[in-house]
Amino acid sequence: MSEHSTGTNYLNSGYGVRSWLLTVDHKRIALLYLGSVTLMFMLGGIFAALIRLELLTPAGDVFQADTYNKIFTMHGIVMVFFFLIPGIPAVLGNFLIPMMIGARDLAFPRLNLLSWYLFTTGALFTLFNIVIGGVDTGWTFYTPYSSSYTTTNIVPVALGIFIAGFSSILTGLNFIITIHKMRAPGLTWFRLPLFIWAHYAYSIIVILGTPVIAITIVMLALERVFRLGFFDPALGGDPVLFQHFFWFYSHPAVYIMILPSMGVINEIVTCFSRKRIFGYSFVAASSLTIALLGFLVWGHHMFVSSQSVFAGLVFSVLSFLVAIPSAVKVFNWTATLYKGSISFQTPMLYVFGFLGLFTIGGLTGLMLACLGIDVHVHDTYFIVAHFHYIMVGGTVMGYLGGLHFWWPKITGRMYPEWWGRLSALIIFVGFNLTFFPQFIVGYLGMPRRYHAYPPEFQVLNVMSTAGASILGVGYLIPLVYLIWSMRYGKVAPANPFGATGLEWQTASPPPTENFATPPVVTEEAYAYDKIPVPEHRAYAG
Amino acid sequence: MRSDLPLFPVAASAEARQVDLLFLATVLLSIFFASLITALLIGFAIKYRRRPKDKPPATIHGSMALEITWMVIPLFLALTIFVWGADVYFQLSRPPNDTMTVNVVGKRWMWKLQHPSGRREINELHVPLGTAVRLNMTSEDVIHSFYVPAFRVKADALPGRYTTVWFRATRTGRYHLFCAEYCGTQHSGMIGWVDVMEPEAFQAWLAGGAGEVSMATAGEHLFNDLGCVTCHNPGSGARGPLLDRLYASTVKLQTGESVTADEAYLREAILYPAAKVTYGYQPVMPTFRGLVNEEGILELIEYLKYRAAGQEGMNAPAAAPAPAASQGKRPTP
Repeated sequence: MSEHSTGTNYLNSGYGVRSWLLTVDHKRIALLYLGSVTLMFMLGGIFAALIRLELLTPAGDVFQADTYNKIFTMHGIVMVFFFLIPGIPAVLGNFLIPMMIGARDLAFPRLNLLSWYLFTTGALFTLFNIVIGGVDTGWTFYTPYSSSYTTTNIVPVALGIFIAGFSSILTGLNFIITIHKMRAPGLTWFRLPLFIWAHYAYSIIVILGTPVIAITIVMLALERVFRLGFFDPALGGDPVLFQHFFWFYSHPAVYIMILPSMGVINEIVTCFSRKRIFGYSFVAASSLTIALLGFLVWGHHMFVSSQSVFAGLVFSVLSFLVAIPSAVKVFNWTATLYKGSISFQTPMLYVFGFLGLFTIGGLTGLMLACLGIDVHVHDTYFIVAHFHYIMVGGTVMGYLGGLHFWWPKITGRMYPEWWGRLSALIIFVGFNLTFFPQFIVGYLGMPRRYHAYPPEFQVLNVMSTAGASILGVGYLIPLVYLIWSMRYGKVAPANPFGATGLEWQTASPPPTENFATPPVVTEEAYAYDKIPVPEHRAYAG
Repeated sequence: MRSDLPLFPVAASAEARQVDLLFLATVLLSIFFASLITALLIGFAIKYRRRPKDKPPATIHGSMALEITWMVIPLFLALTIFVWGADVYFQLSRPPNDTMTVNVVGKRWMWKLQHPSGRREINELHVPLGTAVRLNMTSEDVIHSFYVPAFRVKADALPGRYTTVWFRATRTGRYHLFCAEYCGTQHSGMIGWVDVMEPEAFQAWLAGGAGEVSMATAGEHLFNDLGCVTCHNPGSGARGPLLDRLYASTVKLQTGESVTADEAYLREAILYPAAKVTYGYQPVMPTFRGLVNEEGILELIEYLKYRAAGQEGMNAPAAAPAPAASQGKRPTP
């Protein structure tokens, strides 16, 4: 890869396995994460394909019931804990946070490497668990089923999630300290790219929330192995207590997934419309508001769990409130386009996809916050559709948009523009065909986690499976061309999209030390009025 | 609408219509906002698409007026929907006073239901049209969730406690009954039917059970067999409180608090007698955990309900069938 480089960069500064596995360079660690989470995403995707295969027909005829239950459980665990939660922060956050603030690295480079090893260890525990037979509780591990009844391997997978949790905590800690202490001269808080604000909010949630799920998992393991009665009524415990603990982390976890994606959207939408973000301080503040309010809404997962009516009321009204800062973001991104100069390169297509899907996910989230509606649709496919619109439509669209946007910076090569646009379109169509019918079948009453289902739900399920096939193709295309582009892609200049931001002021790929001379910041973020508009489709193809 | 592609569920209760109305209102609101965003995105994308030799657009920092507008209007709409949703939720959560009770025990992987008259059902629930039916539910093992889409109601059935769900059917027919909380291998097989019948047909069905004794009678036998009668008896020196007027009354506790003697209280009093000791009595009652199963507890409670009702002028349970006839039906403690 060195033939196009003007000199040494972080990629050619060392070769061999040791130079990667012992690296403390945040950019190389980001690539280690990229490899890990891509593998986990593919694994989770295979499980998803198997789910859709089984649901093609009403009868449970492809897999045995126990096998199907393990498949959807492993799909959830792998996707949530090993792709969606670490995805954007560990790959793009790791790579970009030091570069965006003009630093040489994160505050604690060795800790950063340790985070990756913890993540990998956690992932290996989970893979080991799959090999020895899997687990069948659903990713939510509800007690007392998980603690006293299932015969599958709870403890290895619990350990895997426990260990991976420390990776998240250490990454969050590293980000917060880096953002506080290592900003370039002149880079005040309100000059920061909003990507940084989003990751700051993400880090706060991770540090406060992850210890709770870690403790909960330990309690679950203690009850299962030593029969200590926390959750099982037969042992004197309370099964609903587990749900409170679990959702106290796992609801904010949704914001752990979506906030970094929102951060990516800010960077792309400004660059491809050549505009400063509309309402910078409102977008920044809304990230922190989401982080705060996100901790106070966990009970909306429990409206039919025997929780009191009063608790239901409080959690419902707070859930409505947390929607407001998300709406503020969507309105501000839309307003950013006003009087812009908009080009439709691949990253921008993902932004449009994100806005469409996140809007639908958010609006259906309001229906679920509404008590009278949630009683009916709770634990049906309506929920499944809603959270896929948020997690896949929101997080994965942001992840892929960001990966394309910074791909030239990361690899020094352009992705093929035509293929990029094609796959963004295929993903958008496939996604909607997969998940929109699930809203309808959910309101009809089809419960989730059903191996077999009544025949009148079949047509909608067939549509969903057809959509999943299209979606799968949409994900495979970038996998192929991005790998291809690392060797054969057009050589990328330092700033192919004419973007603001310190990361674009250094070579592509950047040198190990990021900047030849430490940058000094004299203006606010997104000063696109001072940069010429790039030629239309300058680097297309 | 083709029968193999339904797009909207049947509404078989008055509450279902209320839920649908609320749902459709939020759908309309969502369509409005989604269309607004989509129209703006597409409009801007076309109008401001990049043209050759574009100059850098002028900076727009934002607009306080717009920010306040798009915070306050959605907030107002959200709070309206919240109040409306809460109102519907109150109706779904609070059964009216004139309900008929059916007892439900979930276990992997079946629904066991019993009417107070004694008639038992599995994965099938017969109810009369137009009567408010309250289900008093528990679980023998893990968490299940009782869900009838046609009524738009759902409530978890939890081990170790009672939960309630109620509905008033407004349409005869057979409707799906699902378990909505994942409970293991045959979760998707833990399904059945709710049969809504004309009241006369329902009475005929209810009377059609073969040789079943009422739950209250079965409860009375248990009450005697377990020895409850030795202490909860006017002649026993009153070591335990008298139970004749207990159900639904207010009980003063030793702690000074007062509780209503509902089903949950009675269940707790049988299994964890020391938890809430009645004022003026010693905590001498032993636990009956392990001696009586969930269905037996429900029968004991039905018996206490019967005695409370009997005090208000109904026939005494002594009129029930002789013990010999009910021997085989009694749950083994």
